Amino acid sequence: MIVLLTSILAITLRAGTSLIYATIGEIYTERSGVLNLGLEGMMLVGAVSSFATVYYTGSLSLAVFVAMLTGVLLSSIHAFLSITMRANQVVSGLSITLFGTGFASFLGQRLGPESNGRYLIGLIGEKFTPIAIPGLSKIPLLGALFNQDLLTYIVYLIIPIAWFYMFKTKNGLNLRAVGENPQTADAMGIDVLKTRYLYTIIGGTLVAIGGAHLSLAYAPGWSENITGGRGWIVIALVIFSMWNPSRAIWGALLFGGINAVQFRLQASGTNIPASFLNMLPYLATIIALVVMTWLENFGKKVGAPAALATPYMRGEK
Amino acid sequence: MEEKQAVPILEMKNITKQFPGVLANENVDLELFHGEVLALLGENGAGKSTLMNILSGLVRPDSGDIILNGKKVDISSPKDAMHLGIGMVHQNFKLVSTMTVAENVILGLDNEKFILDMKEVRKKISGISDHYNLKVDPDSYIWQMSVGEQQRVEILKLIYRGAEILILDEPTAVLTPQESNELNGIVKKMTAEGKSAIFITHKMDEVMEFSDWVRVLQKGKLVSVTRTGDTNPKELANLMVGRDILFRVEKKKSNPGKVILELDKVFALNTKGVDALKKVTFSIRAGEILGIAGVAGNGQRELTEVITGLHKITSGKLVVEGKEMTNKAPLDLIRAGVSHIPSDRVAMGVVGDMSVASNLAMKEYRRAPLTKYGILHPKRIFNMAKGMIELFMIATPSPLTNVKFLSGGNIQKTILAREIGACRGLLIAAYPARGLDVGATESVRKDIIAERDNGKAVLLVSEDLDELISVSDKIAVMSEGKVMGIVDAETADIESLGLMMAGVSLEQSGEKEV
Repeated sequence: MIVLLTSILAITLRAGTSLIYATIGEIYTERSGVLNLGLEGMMLVGAVSSFATVYYTGSLSLAVFVAMLTGVLLSSIHAFLSITMRANQVVSGLSITLFGTGFASFLGQRLGPESNGRYLIGLIGEKFTPIAIPGLSKIPLLGALFNQDLLTYIVYLIIPIAWFYMFKTKNGLNLRAVGENPQTADAMGIDVLKTRYLYTIIGGTLVAIGGAHLSLAYAPGWSENITGGRGWIVIALVIFSMWNPSRAIWGALLFGGINAVQFRLQASGTNIPASFLNMLPYLATIIALVVMTWLENFGKKVGAPAALATPYMRGEK
Repeated sequence: MEEKQAVPILEMKNITKQFPGVLANENVDLELFHGEVLALLGENGAGKSTLMNILSGLVRPDSGDIILNGKKVDISSPKDAMHLGIGMVHQNFKLVSTMTVAENVILGLDNEKFILDMKEVRKKISGISDHYNLKVDPDSYIWQMSVGEQQRVEILKLIYRGAEILILDEPTAVLTPQESNELNGIVKKMTAEGKSAIFITHKMDEVMEFSDWVRVLQKGKLVSVTRTGDTNPKELANLMVGRDILFRVEKKKSNPGKVILELDKVFALNTKGVDALKKVTFSIRAGEILGIAGVAGNGQRELTEVITGLHKITSGKLVVEGKEMTNKAPLDLIRAGVSHIPSDRVAMGVVGDMSVASNLAMKEYRRAPLTKYGILHPKRIFNMAKGMIELFMIATPSPLTNVKFLSGGNIQKTILAREIGACRGLLIAAYPARGLDVGATESVRKDIIAERDNGKAVLLVSEDLDELISVSDKIAVMSEGKVMGIVDAETADIESLGLMMAGVSLEQSGEKEV
């Protein structure tokens, strides 16, 4: 039993890693008041570009770097459209998803002779493999935490840092003010546009690393639609975690866990349909939304940044 | 004393600022002395806030100089102003409601540590609060605080940032009398320590109580500079409103009929949960115009919304043509014959992206002939619109032009045409001539008087006392949600109206009740 649970936890973490990267990235973006619905596209481009880099160069660190670069590029486009041009952020984000999805397929189909055009799995040498930490990985159950790949270990660090930065530092305070009340932030001397650019791009970078984790560690290789809609799940996770990086982990574990349980259940030949399990995380999100709205009725402020998806312009009068 | 005043610490010279369509400031001068309070008095739209926004870096002047401690300075952002020791408490506070007092106080400050030392910040805040008797808990969230407390946070924030010159934009507008007294004490303490303050206000008694100097602005121009001790509220009221009445509209004597609208001890809350209407009682007869005078924000908005079904009455009675209509839906009131020209004409009066014709039909479309079996009849709507455009002289290229392309005056005429067309008993007109040019103003006023002569009851809300005196038959003055008194428009004089607007009761103002 312990062995089974340990393995479920291990898969859960592995499946959850990309979600945590992307969720924290999007939380930062949204906290600055920018809604980026381009996640799905950015994760796909991150996945294909990092895999392609590894495929041709064999360098994992270069691969992650390239993924980050694509994240910077795509989120810069979104930032330019939604912050400078004050375009509709939903439309801009969706077009980035559409573009990213198509672009990733386009690249994926041209990955070289071994590719059949749709997927390329199991042929590469380099990938992020689990590194067991001596001693710690032997602890029953919790040992699963210490038998993960490098990107997962990094995410362990990112969660507390992201929380600390947002709630305990000057920059984090400014960031939250910009997303909550840009007029006030501006009057207090904070550069609203610069802040929004910065965190949209940082967020995009984390999202792209999430994509890279999929193609370099979780399911090494490339296959069409490797994200399986994770970009959309992340949008729900951001709401689920109420825009707090420390809570991102619970949502990600829930979604990752459902993934893991699904594997196990399918292997054991159960008659619970897979689509039922797939539905559960979204149900959880709807419940979370209902609870949040309900709390707000009692005067508690737990919801979205007040200026989310609202462009800012300094009015003269 | 005399020596100290010889050199002002702050001077503004020849400040001019033009906004599209309005000259907000025209060659305005200002001097502020060390340790003193300057009151800036004027009606809404007189340019007080613009002048102060220029000083606090939110607005750039078109021309003019700012001289601080003898040196010419350039203030291009609130940050610049703060560095020069100038801080402003805006009318709508610049606070992030989901954050704590302490977080708001240090927001955007460069010299705080990267990892915030909230303990230290709290200690400093407590020090300031104790010293100035500014009672606030550094850890409470802004959204949990009353308006008075939020204002204290704003002042605290400025002191924390080292402001030497404080600008307070109508600080007592949102305060209870007790809170106003406390504020007065705080300001006195600060000036005693050498800080200076500028006070924007339109309340005479506050000027007398708070300030050392008064500057009166009227329509963007400086009209008077005096020591507070050398003047009196009556003189200031005259200066503020201006003596000359610009337009006298021709009108016949009114011929009042039966009572159309009756309000009986009506109470209502504003969005902050405070009483916005306090025991409001009056009635309007057919063929009569009742003007509502008062500074904006003293319950006028709630009053018009209560009568049109948009705002809840907490207690009291609303009667329209003999039928009780308390807290009925807007549609019920429309059906009862109430028409409404809203104060915010673009947001509440028209749908900008729809045609003039559609907007004109927006009240009558439910009925024949514009609708048949629930289906709109575009041709009839078009013809009806054409007729109204001619009648009300709306300048539009075509009935099918979107309303948002029309000028403000023509948007207002479109609303007026629709509301007068649909009016069957009572017309509520809130600031109908605001922002219109002379010609449009005149035609709007004439249309309203014509409605009265047609036997309608009219409620006219305005900030323009000239307009109220020349258009209405009776004038009710509102202050802080209460009706201070109702006077005959023919015999009313601007001074005593001004005093009542400032909260002085009818008996004390020397007017006769009607």
